[in-house]
Amino acid sequence: MHKTSAIIKFLKNNVSAYLFLAPWLLGFLVLTLYPMGYSLWLGFTDYDFTKPGSTQWIGLGNYMKMFGAVFGMNEFTASTGEVMRIDPYYLKSLSVTFSYVFTSVPLKLLFALAVAMLLNQKLRGVPFYRAVYYIPTLLGGSVAIAVLWRKLFEKEGLVNGLLGALGFTDLPGWITNPKYALWTLVLLTVWQFGSSMIIFLAGLKQIPQEYYESASVDGANKIQQFFAITIPLLSPVILFNLVMQMIGAFQVFTQAYIIGGGRGGVLNSTLFYTLHLYIQGWTYHEMGYASAMAWVLLLIIGALTAMVFRSSGLWVSYGTGE
Amino acid sequence: MKSGTIMRHTLTHLFIIALGVLMIYPVVWMVVSSFKPNTMIFSDPGLIPKAVTFENYITGWKGYAGTTFGRFFINSLFMCLVSITGNLISCTMAAYAFARLKFAGKSFWFAVMMITLMLPGHVTLVPRYILFNSFEWVGTYLPILVPKFLATDAFFVFLLVQFIRSLPKELDEAAIIDGCGKWGVFWRIIVPLASPALVTTALFTFLWTWDDFFNHLLYLTKPETFSVSRALRTFVGDAGAVSNWGGAMAMATLSMIPTFILFFALQQYFVEGISTTGIKG
Repeated sequence: MHKTSAIIKFLKNNVSAYLFLAPWLLGFLVLTLYPMGYSLWLGFTDYDFTKPGSTQWIGLGNYMKMFGAVFGMNEFTASTGEVMRIDPYYLKSLSVTFSYVFTSVPLKLLFALAVAMLLNQKLRGVPFYRAVYYIPTLLGGSVAIAVLWRKLFEKEGLVNGLLGALGFTDLPGWITNPKYALWTLVLLTVWQFGSSMIIFLAGLKQIPQEYYESASVDGANKIQQFFAITIPLLSPVILFNLVMQMIGAFQVFTQAYIIGGGRGGVLNSTLFYTLHLYIQGWTYHEMGYASAMAWVLLLIIGALTAMVFRSSGLWVSYGTGE
Repeated sequence: MKSGTIMRHTLTHLFIIALGVLMIYPVVWMVVSSFKPNTMIFSDPGLIPKAVTFENYITGWKGYAGTTFGRFFINSLFMCLVSITGNLISCTMAAYAFARLKFAGKSFWFAVMMITLMLPGHVTLVPRYILFNSFEWVGTYLPILVPKFLATDAFFVFLLVQFIRSLPKELDEAAIIDGCGKWGVFWRIIVPLASPALVTTALFTFLWTWDDFFNHLLYLTKPETFSVSRALRTFVGDAGAVSNWGGAMAMATLSMIPTFILFFALQQYFVEGISTTGIKG
């Protein structure tokens, strides 16, 4: 008798808890887990959703298409006997994305930290300044700003207008010049430093003021204090910002799409990975290939995140001294 | 000594203000330019227009393909409101289960939820599209709105879990003694007390839906269903050869107004949302 009531109670608890969880669980199973498995499978096929029934298993064909150029190939024979062309732009999209991530993320974090330290002083009006500095982040992801950016950095745009007024001549069209186009996007990203700044600011406020006071009593100057107190105590926050910004940077799409005019810009200089994936999947209907590309992106992000976490043992301190 | 401090503070203020002006200069310039005659926009880097006109707003508002920006604003607003409703219901329910209830497999599912936080959306992109296409949902709002009712924005689940965990458990227990069931505790205790986190959720859902472009590009195919962001992009076109840049600037300016109003009205929720979960941006 007692045992049955315990079972009933257990069931009752579980059923009601799972009812609360049901929407999320359904979403996870139908919109995350199943699609992940499906796209893993699609990655080994030649699939076009506009031609149902034409799906063919091509083994590692899509992966050959991505990385074949590394081995100097132009084409290869797939397991179906069909001759497939190596994607001539894949490695370009990879290098564009890596250049972008490895420049924009460190620059953004440095700038965010510098501004956070500037605002972490006993000053009037800090909440107001913080709000103003957050405005670029608030708006920066929108199509409106991407459109503006394209106009700012055109040959006849505002930036050249200002530089011209300062006496510079022979100014390039920043967006249309393959040497500079990517840097306008890096600049747009660094400009949106607001979220990282707010997180750094919250982290800086946690550092007890006494640490600095006793350090200066001991004769440490500001720079020594920065490296001996601020950086170590802030390192968990730096790690967090670094990981979040890196994951986000690999997935940038909107700005690249607008600024490149729906393509990869001049000479594919702004052919971001996600943009290339979109073009392959939705312009050319190569959805098997797009799925394989998505999995490679996942592996790249996963591997880099794991590397950052592994390295964190060397430079992140979790304040065991307290 | 004292005058030295004042001097130093003044210099710091001046520096912060100068840097701030530089930061928001492009945005201010855009707003000002939307009131300049079309021919003068790009030749004039100044912030004081030599001639003020509302013509850009009139020509821009007409939109294209017979659809005005009024329609696009209504579409965007509609998507935002439904998305907010979906996220508030589904994310709060999941968060309550994770934060307060005991059930088999809880730590496993919580770990799964945390992993989905970091998961790049692209691995699910193609199959989701195929799935929604087979439902004949492409071209409608359903692929954008239905996932919100299934708590796919794990960020908000995480935010709400953190918040609900910080609420005193004694209140739940008192309510249970008074005869409340799990739904009673949820509705009468958790939801009212979690309202700051709910505001943050609603706020960021609004912003992300308002600014979303990728999903709108994938799933919205007919101009009369376009959101503001999707419409702006088509307005400007591929080659950027559109002559009505004044209209584009005017509509881009209008598109930022709702974001601005929310930001200045609810600034505190922004700061809390970002510093507790590191919401992306």
